Amino acid sequence: MRALNSLQAERTSRTLVRAATWTLRSVGSRVGLAAGALTIVLVGAVSAQHRISLSGDIQAKISYCKDCHGVSAQGFNGYYPIPRLAGQQPEYIENQLRAFIEHRRTNNIMFNVAHSLSPAMINALTAHFASLNPPPIGGAPRRLVATGRKIFEDGMPEVNIAACAACHGPEATGSGQIPRLAGQLYPYMLKTLNNWDKERGRNPTVPDAAAIMSPVAHSLNRSQIEAVAAFVSTLRPPRGTPNTVQ
Amino acid sequence: MKPMNFRRPQGQHRSTFRSPAGTALILPAAVLALSFSSPAAAQGNVPKAEADAKLRYCEVCHGVSAQGFHGYYPIPRLAGQPTEYLKNQLQAFVEHRRTSNIMFNVGHVLSPAMIDALTTDFNQLNPKPLGGAPKENIDEGKNIFENGVAAGNVPACASCHGPQAKGNGPFPRLAGQLYDYITAKLTNWEKERGQNPAQPDISAVMQPIAHSLTQPQIKAVAAYLSYLE
Amino acid sequence: MRGNGLKAAVLIAFCWIYHPATSDAEVLAVRNCNWCHGGSASGYPPAPALAAQRPQYVEKQLANFRTHTRDNPFARQYMWGAARNVDAQSARELALYFASLPPRAASDGVPGLVGVGRTIYQEGMPEANIVACVVCHGPNGEGVRDIPRLGGLDSTYLKRRLEQWNQGYHAAVGPPMISIASKLSDDQIEALASYLSFVK
Repeated sequence: MRALNSLQAERTSRTLVRAATWTLRSVGSRVGLAAGALTIVLVGAVSAQHRISLSGDIQAKISYCKDCHGVSAQGFNGYYPIPRLAGQQPEYIENQLRAFIEHRRTNNIMFNVAHSLSPAMINALTAHFASLNPPPIGGAPRRLVATGRKIFEDGMPEVNIAACAACHGPEATGSGQIPRLAGQLYPYMLKTLNNWDKERGRNPTVPDAAAIMSPVAHSLNRSQIEAVAAFVSTLRPPRGTPNTVQ
Repeated sequence: MKPMNFRRPQGQHRSTFRSPAGTALILPAAVLALSFSSPAAAQGNVPKAEADAKLRYCEVCHGVSAQGFHGYYPIPRLAGQPTEYLKNQLQAFVEHRRTSNIMFNVGHVLSPAMIDALTTDFNQLNPKPLGGAPKENIDEGKNIFENGVAAGNVPACASCHGPQAKGNGPFPRLAGQLYDYITAKLTNWEKERGQNPAQPDISAVMQPIAHSLTQPQIKAVAAYLSYLE
Repeated sequence: MRGNGLKAAVLIAFCWIYHPATSDAEVLAVRNCNWCHGGSASGYPPAPALAAQRPQYVEKQLANFRTHTRDNPFARQYMWGAARNVDAQSARELALYFASLPPRAASDGVPGLVGVGRTIYQEGMPEANIVACVVCHGPNGEGVRDIPRLGGLDSTYLKRRLEQWNQGYHAAVGPPMISIASKLSDDQIEALASYLSFVK
């Protein structure tokens, strides 16, 4: 039986606890106590089921990541936009962590974070994030979505803009080293595409996959970037979609 | 080794590189096997800058030096393809005889002069194969390629595609083609090619062959081809 | 009686000097809020500075006080009463007014702890699973949207908030703060509060 994801587990636990409290209050002490005890057992079972494969260390680390990346790793609009990791391709996350460490991707905070992770931990983290599927945060201007869809699905061959779908997939789920974009934060997409060369592939003696996107990011003008970013930020492919990480 | 510069200003010549052997740590290294060769002068009346820009655009999906790329879908190698084959495919996309929404859009905006320029450029590129296929059944693949499969009435691939799988005229080069691309095409031949029954095309030649090959045979021959240079 | 009259006169003069009140919001603020939150709303312990605070944050907290969602002992004792008659429109006007005031750092932290506090704030402590506050609260603790300014707030207030979350007062707070506070040691809380009190 598949383990519940953390959000489901939290919600279920909370509901069960609420039910227990109500029962205890309203139904008279002895029956209430029995029902309460049963609930506590159930809550424990739900939590245990979810946590069965995660050690304390990894659990703590997951919670730490979520402090910034959002409750179910759906991302968070902090002072800086903090990207969604839920449903992300494990290989992509791993590559980014390595890029942070090697300063090919510049971010002081993520440099520190990545340094604190062992390979085993990275495996566990990426697998966990891949399993999450919360709804997108949303908030992008809706009027841009239709244009963004067109660029994403068809590209703009007259101006040499490739169709994002060719590599990122028709529902932007990504594949292997190619990141999922579905449900990514709108301001994060804007920042990333507008600043591509300032943030990625920063070590000219160690070129990396960031080079693939560089010409694409360059070809898109600002309003095209806004449109595409708005579109992908709305996407929420169901779990069964091919290349959606299960 | 010269430092690699990915931001080529328009109009500059591309220089020749060889990829360092054995550096395929992760895919990025393989993807960045740079093997640019000098292009022939632009064909017809397409300004060189425009042709170069269009070529770079193609390479976004089809990979550096058009060696192919593992996108969401496997995106085929175009390097070294016969120009006639490429032109036929572009035509097939535009006429919906070969179904791909993305390539339909791409093909639609290409002028004949541009197509000439592009196909010539692609034909002259010669990067190393992307590689990565499983190696266990390469010998069997080689056998199928050179001798066919008598029991299934499958002729030797080499008879049309050439002894080194370099293709010729309307027959595509298979050498160095992506393993998962070949596999997907052979498996799905009738669903993707010759899609207009009122306008049968040369893809019909491959239909019985693709049909007769079993999955293990497809994988074996695809693996073999993917390593050919 | 004379003392109170004198106090009132001083307060009114004080506030008039700093803010010749013209708008309704300013009049309201002078009359009610500055009494605890200080002239120019720069804070007077236990009341935190409101000057240059994020308006969305202030608006939200006033609503939280009014609905008794924010329920720690200080909220209960002071702000529930104060916010009772502040309707949504007034809350918005007040919030905008406070946001317009220039910040002034309380600078009442322990200078020796500032280094550690700065490290936690700007870099986090990944081995201890403590995130870098800067990511949400900004490089100078200025906050954004409904994420509050922390820069310049007095250290006792900052310390108290973090401690309240560890005491179980979990309502009316941004989602990650409870998790983050639970990982901070007392020393780290002290250091953070000290550092931030100096940040302009």
